[in-house]
Amino acid sequence: MKILYFAWMRGKTGIGEEDVSPPETVTDVAGLVAWLKTRGPGFEDAFSDMKVVRAAVNQEFVELDATIGPNDEVAFFPPVTGG
Amino acid sequence: MIRVQKEDFDLATELSALSAGNHNIGGITSFVGQVRDMADGEHVGAMTLEHYPGMTEKMLEQIDAEANKRWPLEASLIIHRYGRMEPGEQIVLVACASPHREAAFEACHFLIDWLKTKAPFWKLEEKDSGAAWVDARESDADATAKWDKGDA
Repeated sequence: MKILYFAWMRGKTGIGEEDVSPPETVTDVAGLVAWLKTRGPGFEDAFSDMKVVRAAVNQEFVELDATIGPNDEVAFFPPVTGG
Repeated sequence: MIRVQKEDFDLATELSALSAGNHNIGGITSFVGQVRDMADGEHVGAMTLEHYPGMTEKMLEQIDAEANKRWPLEASLIIHRYGRMEPGEQIVLVACASPHREAAFEACHFLIDWLKTKAPFWKLEEKDSGAAWVDARESDADATAKWDKGDA
C-alpha cells in the first residue's frame, strides 16, 4: 500500500511517500491511521488531531470509514488551500 | 481546459487563445489570484505552493466539468501554478466564455470558490517569524457551500 503525506503532515512524519504492509485487520482509513500512529512519535503527532487531517484514496477525497486494500494509494494532508 | 504548471502565464495570450475562432462567445470573464505581501498583519516574503500531482489534475478536471454542466459555456480555462512565488506573482487563472455575461460571471465565481476547497494545494508562507503553513479558512468552506444550494 502506497502512503503519501503532504504539507505539515510530511514535516511531522518526516517522509513524503512510503510503501507499507499493514496487518490484515486494517481494512479502512481509520484503522490505517491507528496502525500508523504506533510507528513512532512523529506519526503519533501528525495524527493527533484528526479534525485537521484529510484523506484521499486513489486520488479521491474520502471519509475515515472508507475501505482500503493492499493496492490502494492513500494520502493524508491538512485541509486544502488552493486558489 | 485545465493546466497545472510551475511557469507564469500571460493573461492576454490565454484569453485570446480561449476565444479564438468562436464567434458564439459574447463575453469572457477572468479571475487572477496573486500572492499578497501581508498575512494576519505580518509581512510575507514569498509563498510556496505544494500540490498532489495526479489528484490535482483530476480534481480540476472535475470542477471544470461541473461548471460546464451548470452553465452554457463556450470555453473555460483553469491554470494553477505550484512552486515558490513572490508577492505580486500570479498564482491562478480562471476564465469563462459564454454567449451571455451572466453565465460567464457566475461560472467564473463558482470555479474559484470550488477550487479553493477541492483542489489539493497547500501554501507555505515565508514570514518574518518563520515559515508557516496557511490554514484553511471557514469562509472558503462557506463560499463553496453556497453553490450547493443552487438549483443546478
